[in-house]
Amino acid sequence: MTAVEDRPDTESAKEIGRDRRRKEDQRLITGRTRWTDNIALPGMLHLAMVRSPFAHARIVSIDTEAAKTADNVVAVLTGADLGDAQGVCINAWAITTEQLAPTHVPMPTDRVAFAGETVAVVVARSAAAARDAAELVDVEYDELPAALDLKKSAADEVLAHPDLGTNKSAFWKFDSEEAGTGGNVDQAIEKARGDGIVIEREYRQQRLIPAFMEPRSTVVDPTGEQITMWTATQIPHVLRFALAAGSGVPESKIRVIAPDVGGGFGGKLQQTPEEMITFAVARRLGKPVRYTETRSESLMAGHHGRDQWQKLTLSAEKDGTVTGLKVELTADLGAYVAILGGGVPVLGAFMFNAIYKFPAYQFNCQTVLTNKTWTDAYRGAGRPEATYAIERLMDELAAEVGVDPLVIREKNWITHEEFPFTTVAGLEYDSGNYEAATEKAKASFGYDELRAEQRRRREAGDRIQLGIGVSTFTEMCGLAPSRVLGSLNYGAGGWEHAGVRMLATGKVEITTGTSAHGQGHETAFSQIVADRLGVAFEDVEILHGDTQIAHKGMDTYGSRSLVVGGEALVRAADKVIEKAKPIAAHLLEASVDDIEFSAGRFGVRGTDQGLAMAEIAMAAFTAHNLPDGVEATLDSEATYDPVNFNYPHGTHLCAMEVDTETGGVLMRKYTCVDDIGTIINPMIVEGQVHGGLAQGISQALWEEAVYDDSGTLVSGSFVDYLLPTTADTISFDVHHNTTASTTNTLGTKGVGEAGTIASTPAVVNAVVDAVRHLGIHDIQMPCTPERVWRAIHDAGAGGRAETEGAAAPHFDESTGMQGTVDRTDGAQS
Amino acid sequence: MTRIELTVDGARVSDDVEPRMLLVQYLREKLGKTGTVIGCDTSNCGACTVHLDGRSVKSCNVLAVQANGREVTTIEGLADTYEGGELHPVQEAFRECHGLQCGFCTPGMVMQAVDLLNENPSPTEAEVREGMEGNLCRCTGYHNIVKSVLHASSTTTTGGAR
Repeated sequence: MTAVEDRPDTESAKEIGRDRRRKEDQRLITGRTRWTDNIALPGMLHLAMVRSPFAHARIVSIDTEAAKTADNVVAVLTGADLGDAQGVCINAWAITTEQLAPTHVPMPTDRVAFAGETVAVVVARSAAAARDAAELVDVEYDELPAALDLKKSAADEVLAHPDLGTNKSAFWKFDSEEAGTGGNVDQAIEKARGDGIVIEREYRQQRLIPAFMEPRSTVVDPTGEQITMWTATQIPHVLRFALAAGSGVPESKIRVIAPDVGGGFGGKLQQTPEEMITFAVARRLGKPVRYTETRSESLMAGHHGRDQWQKLTLSAEKDGTVTGLKVELTADLGAYVAILGGGVPVLGAFMFNAIYKFPAYQFNCQTVLTNKTWTDAYRGAGRPEATYAIERLMDELAAEVGVDPLVIREKNWITHEEFPFTTVAGLEYDSGNYEAATEKAKASFGYDELRAEQRRRREAGDRIQLGIGVSTFTEMCGLAPSRVLGSLNYGAGGWEHAGVRMLATGKVEITTGTSAHGQGHETAFSQIVADRLGVAFEDVEILHGDTQIAHKGMDTYGSRSLVVGGEALVRAADKVIEKAKPIAAHLLEASVDDIEFSAGRFGVRGTDQGLAMAEIAMAAFTAHNLPDGVEATLDSEATYDPVNFNYPHGTHLCAMEVDTETGGVLMRKYTCVDDIGTIINPMIVEGQVHGGLAQGISQALWEEAVYDDSGTLVSGSFVDYLLPTTADTISFDVHHNTTASTTNTLGTKGVGEAGTIASTPAVVNAVVDAVRHLGIHDIQMPCTPERVWRAIHDAGAGGRAETEGAAAPHFDESTGMQGTVDRTDGAQS
Repeated sequence: MTRIELTVDGARVSDDVEPRMLLVQYLREKLGKTGTVIGCDTSNCGACTVHLDGRSVKSCNVLAVQANGREVTTIEGLADTYEGGELHPVQEAFRECHGLQCGFCTPGMVMQAVDLLNENPSPTEAEVREGMEGNLCRCTGYHNIVKSVLHASSTTTTGGAR
């Protein structure tokens, strides 16, 4: 028995708050990686998908003979060949009990419902042979009219699934008067029409593509007792459940592994037809198989995000005090109701009121089926759309009242003394300080100086005008309290699980049900455990992303890993300490009540006697001298169900220059001050914010999934789908203001989606602010130079006219069906 | 099939390849150099960037047969080209500055950054942004990638061979 040597001062040695360099980087920067497409198994076969070129068509016949006889082809299978064995893709969230949802089989046998849907799969000895043979599959289609335009589809002009008789999938409503959380919104609007201000706007949330860098890939090995699937997914545990539910294979016979996963952003939160097909083919052939999509397939068939029309009515008193907000959404589900599907806009339902004290609120959402790629979560999922709408409206209200946009916000926001605050949408915000974050942001941004420059340029009639955009956002994340999910008819809980394994040598293995794909859990979770158990950061190993190793979990999305998964980890670690105490007391010949645990040492109160955590772990391992009735293990697990959502917030300020002659826009400065509670690793947090900002800014300025009038995705490659580059972006000015969350032990708040949720309206507000004096109050996203130019030259129309040139078929009779043609108005003159 | 002979990460290799095989496919499928990855099919993303005779190329844009008789360096052999550490200074800079998250674009980013700094050892931020434009990243917003390249520039201008 030894007294533990003197430890360094515990405060300065704390891991939480340190900008630890990431554990996972050594492998990633040297190319020692395990992406799914790197995995090769003996006898492995390769798949290629045959995909529909039509948005909506009857499948008349599929002739696979030529492909079957090609060199190195092992099999060619259609939906009919696989039959029930191909299973179905499930929707986990029917937002109403009456929701209409077409059955989603991985390979339909009778009718395709979007361009890119798989109708046959080729299995060959190499990926190249499979791809070659896929060209030989002859599918005869009978083209059907396609439901493409969202508003027309909502009016059932053309049916996406004729058998359903309508495109309307579900209607979901929240009304503050009915819920008892606020007043009657129609009365508030009516009153404001008489003696106040009513702002009525319609905003477009364009369709986006998550565009993670690693294309999706799946390997299935059916040769063991369990069928093992490696797949580029965010959700190995949910996927195992869905595979079992969708295929009838017992859950206990399926192992899902998410190895290194190259980004997700919601785009890998899915049970995909490709995964189901790969699973079915492996089972059918009894051989390991791999499918890796091309980028074009990824953009065309991986789920998309956003795609809503938002009709908004805000009422206020003459002085700008808000009195009501009514939201009428039309949301495009695409061809099928995906795993979350209509739940995505519903996640926004509680966020339109944002940080403002609306006395009355109503949210209505109609989800609509179309013959386009299915939609689901994309970074923020519902909350960026809500934040965009309200932050744009607050700027419009400020313009109407004639005050600075920050003044109108301050007039209406929840003050820091008012927390905890129950909102008109029924949520209880636990903490925050909007005033302090805003003050910090203004100072760092140089708000007053930039406003002065804006005035000078405006007065001088400069060709280059300056605009300043504000977004004082909040979001709900940390998905989610299971009871709330139950009340929303979601098909699962929102808890998270963690395990701590104390190894004999003093090393610690952590299992977590969250599954990182770039977020740095290995590093941040090690920091938490190091502090909690008083062990070295280097001695902690984080195990995740394998349903046989970290057997229980709800995975990674909705900024939940730290606030839900981290709390489960804290609780599991605390159980280890409690289990160790009686052993320590026994070994130290002291009463358990006198054992104190601090900085990794179990000490006896009032003495210098003590034992280190590693010594107790060894004692539990040898089990030679344990107290009677004590189990020979310190290992512990915890499943944590959050009591509330989690509410990060922040003030984002953006300065944009607009060239009034060309419509070109240029970002001058972007400052944000986010409140994400206690920060575990500031370096990782900044990285999350930077990446989030770029995606939100990109929605404002660049990205859009564009379909032509026959339902073909014309932005179906990285040539056409505009991801920003280093040359398009700037360095960001990122800061924090911290108020600890009161609903978890560490005081943390989510950060994964914050940047994306906040930034889009900040940028568009800045662009509109630069040209508002020209009579412009809206520019549709993405704010391309063309749209900005049109807005300036057709003040009031919001640059809303279609970008026909880009969306038109590339081949045209005027060019002898050769080359491309630009049909943008004015292109020919 | 065509016989090719080349040097990859310092080792002499020789194979019969289909004339249509891309260099990136050769590296991944024949040599198991899976550190180099494929992110697109239009040569936009740059994830597959390697060095061919010391200059960066997108290896999806080069046929394996075009590499015959030449020298290829991938992310897996990069550190060996630098005397004085387990990591090349650019790799070290990406870790130091958190220039990667999921890490999928990282091999290409690092290889492109090395080439950029070989050509211009002390670039400005604008020159870094211009020079890295052919490589896409979805995680970092580029902020820390640019910082990493500038950091590598400041740590290597005083001495190390590149």
